[in-house]
Amino acid sequence: MNAAVAIAVGSLFGWADVLLLRDYNTRVVVLGATLLGMGAGVVGSFTLLRKRALIGDALSHATLPGIATAFLVGSALWGDGKSLPLLLAGGAVSGVMGVGAILLIRRYTRLSEDAALGIVLSVFFGAGVALLGIVQQMPTGHAAGLESFIYGKTAAMLSRDAWLIAGVAAVCVAASLALFKELSLLCFDPGFAASRGYSVGWLDTVLMAMVVITTIVGLQAVGLILMIALLVIPPAAARFWTEDLRTMTRIAAILGGASAFVGATLSATYPKLPSGATIVLTAATAFLLSALFGSKRGVVLRWFRRQAFLRGVAMDHLLRSVYETLEQQRAEQADADGASIARLMALRSWTPAELRRVVHRAERRELVRRDSQGAIRLTARGAVEAERLTRQHRLWEMYLITHAEVAPARVDRGADAIEHVLDPETIRHLESLLDEAAILVPPASPHVIEPGALGEASS
Amino acid sequence: MNAPLPLAWSWALDGWIVAAGVLCAVASALLGNFLVLRRMSLLGDAISHAVLPGLAAAFFLTGQRSSLPMFVGAVAVGLATAFLTEWVHRYGEVDEGASLGVVFTSLFAIGLVMIVQAADHVDLDPGCVLYGAIELTPLDTWEVLGRPIPRVVVVLAAVVLVNLLYVTLFFKELKITAFDPGLATTSGFRAGWMHYSLMTLVAVTAVASFESVGNILVVAMFVTPPATARLLTDRLSTMVWLGAAIAAAAAALGHLSAVAVPAWFGLRSTTTAGMMAVSVGLFFTLALFFAPHQGVVPKAWRRLRLSLRILGEDVLGVLFRADEQTVAASSISLPAGQLRARLHCGRLPLRLVLWELYRRGLVYRDLEGVRLTAKGAGQARELVRSHRLWEHYLVERAGLAADRIHLQAERFEHVTDRAMRDQLDQETSLTETDPHGQAIPAEPDDA
Repeated sequence: MNAAVAIAVGSLFGWADVLLLRDYNTRVVVLGATLLGMGAGVVGSFTLLRKRALIGDALSHATLPGIATAFLVGSALWGDGKSLPLLLAGGAVSGVMGVGAILLIRRYTRLSEDAALGIVLSVFFGAGVALLGIVQQMPTGHAAGLESFIYGKTAAMLSRDAWLIAGVAAVCVAASLALFKELSLLCFDPGFAASRGYSVGWLDTVLMAMVVITTIVGLQAVGLILMIALLVIPPAAARFWTEDLRTMTRIAAILGGASAFVGATLSATYPKLPSGATIVLTAATAFLLSALFGSKRGVVLRWFRRQAFLRGVAMDHLLRSVYETLEQQRAEQADADGASIARLMALRSWTPAELRRVVHRAERRELVRRDSQGAIRLTARGAVEAERLTRQHRLWEMYLITHAEVAPARVDRGADAIEHVLDPETIRHLESLLDEAAILVPPASPHVIEPGALGEASS
Repeated sequence: MNAPLPLAWSWALDGWIVAAGVLCAVASALLGNFLVLRRMSLLGDAISHAVLPGLAAAFFLTGQRSSLPMFVGAVAVGLATAFLTEWVHRYGEVDEGASLGVVFTSLFAIGLVMIVQAADHVDLDPGCVLYGAIELTPLDTWEVLGRPIPRVVVVLAAVVLVNLLYVTLFFKELKITAFDPGLATTSGFRAGWMHYSLMTLVAVTAVASFESVGNILVVAMFVTPPATARLLTDRLSTMVWLGAAIAAAAAALGHLSAVAVPAWFGLRSTTTAGMMAVSVGLFFTLALFFAPHQGVVPKAWRRLRLSLRILGEDVLGVLFRADEQTVAASSISLPAGQLRARLHCGRLPLRLVLWELYRRGLVYRDLEGVRLTAKGAGQARELVRSHRLWEHYLVERAGLAADRIHLQAERFEHVTDRAMRDQLDQETSLTETDPHGQAIPAEPDDA
């Protein structure tokens, strides 16, 4: 939907020209970029979940020595090194060697994934730069054409490039569909996949092969950095919208395709917007919007959920504190109906403002009311709720003491952390475990309730 | 550099190039140790791409290509890269690698757009920014103590000094935050402070290096020398100086090979920074295969030795069991073919093992095949005793079914010594036979 917004914005700027595909060159560029974005989105979803998001980074750098070598070989054998299939084949070979080196390092050393990627990336790219230094001395000419593999030449994409991209995107999508179950197993639980008889190594190879071919065709069309971005950003953005892998690959494909479409369109409409960079920035915008407003893991959504949870916790604390204060006052034969703000303040580490807010909320929900002295009294409903919470808390404390062998002086904190997430079934289980089913009122607290005993645990 | 073949080397030029390379390599490798340990190896790569908008912004603001504003702009954006990555990772709950990828590609794209927008009146080539030119190092000099010293060398020497001081002074803090940030926080160290001071120095080092020697060298030197040292040692202090030494050696070798290797093919010298990266890759490959403890070859060799020792012990066991089943008083010979069939092993390993057993005086070879010597019989007795005691123990004490214990015992028998056998014997009930009904032989010296 962000993409839809972005497309709407794009439409303001003469996208009719592009939409109607009046200009042949624009048509090729926009379609090629869109297809590449979709294919990379699908492949990138799997690499992201396999925790290899930056494999595209290492891989695209690793193609350089192959491309330079292919150029040298081509020049030596045919006098012309700039044959596209030869260069692509060279890039693919060294890309595969790079991936092989990464897998080798992972398999035989205790270096982490990122170190393996960094080593392969820098050493292969260094070799490529060194070879380019040689290429520039060749009598057949300078390596001007090879530069485009690093920076891309989206605007100069030919229809043959677009067809190549379309073919590769189709292959990747088909392979992802055919091997969907296997690939998702690989991403989420390689150990389980292995135990079910799938060859993890083989599946990894298939996944890496898809990354390799996508990168190779994308590299000369859009350049190195854009290729990395297309593999990483749309899947990472899609992750905010869903917990389901199938949906995620779909959203990633749509986001990738839409970003590429919008970016390429903007770049075709405005004179000084490099297409590669514009596509990346469109995708980055989509990422930012997804990160903020994503319907499953968006930051805003999670913030609201957390606030609601914290409010619930504070309410639980208030009710239990009032209940325990009244309980103590009854034991002291004092006035047993209202808990003063001062006593409540001493019981937990809340600030006066926090306490005031939560009391106010509880009043609105008619769980407590203030009497004429300003002390807090439980309403009938509040009393039932407070009793339930206290009971829950103490059951868990007793469980910790009798079954987990935690010292009575230390159980309060543990119970305090978990009581808010206990469900009725767990409570029933605790009751049967502790044989407390007959007692409907909360059991006595297994420890002395001290003022201020709960420091940070209340937060 | 265009001097005629065979080898063009002038200390006045190449000496300074090597010095710049070594300084850059050491500065990067010192900090790289902690990046590798914190699984942030790709940060150098990300920063050196992401600084583009910082350079462009500094250029627009000051309108000139003087180094200081550009340096400040680049370092600021480099730091922003680290911060943004951290935020996206923490608040967006995005995988670390992915958040790095999102941040640095976006910043790079912003930089490209800025440069292209201003292309008419700006001469800022991203290629030049990213690849640098270490070969031009000696041309731009500063007067230091009355002598012309290349600016790059002065700057990088200062960076090395700062990094060295930082690593020495905060070694304990860096170590503890790298391995256990939680522990660091509970022991009163500011883990966050260490993190961001490290990030600042990484950004400074990356920017100072790549504007002079190219980003490829920085990225390679941040990751590869520490990773190589990691394969060679388990001590962090050793890893730090070893990494720096490897980086320095690779830088020197890199420039030498950039001049020398193309000359073999009748070509002029090639990119020095590229060859430095290749050299450090070479060192890494050597360590990957031949590191004493973790190398692929030593590991394979140790595994081979172990499997041959186990095969040798199995041969003794087979011969001993064959002797048990005969009524003859002396040991009997088994032909090699029969041993192979019983042990499921190849011809060559068996031949190697038999030769070794013969050399140690544990078996005879005669016309019919192989049989145990008295010494061999003693060792075989210990082995079979271990095996059957284990079977007895597994059934009686571990409660395993009698048909499932053989493979376990087959493994344990190779790592069981006299003391453990005695303990097994004590902890199980007194018996003459194992669960399969075969006699448990006595210790050779009791027999």
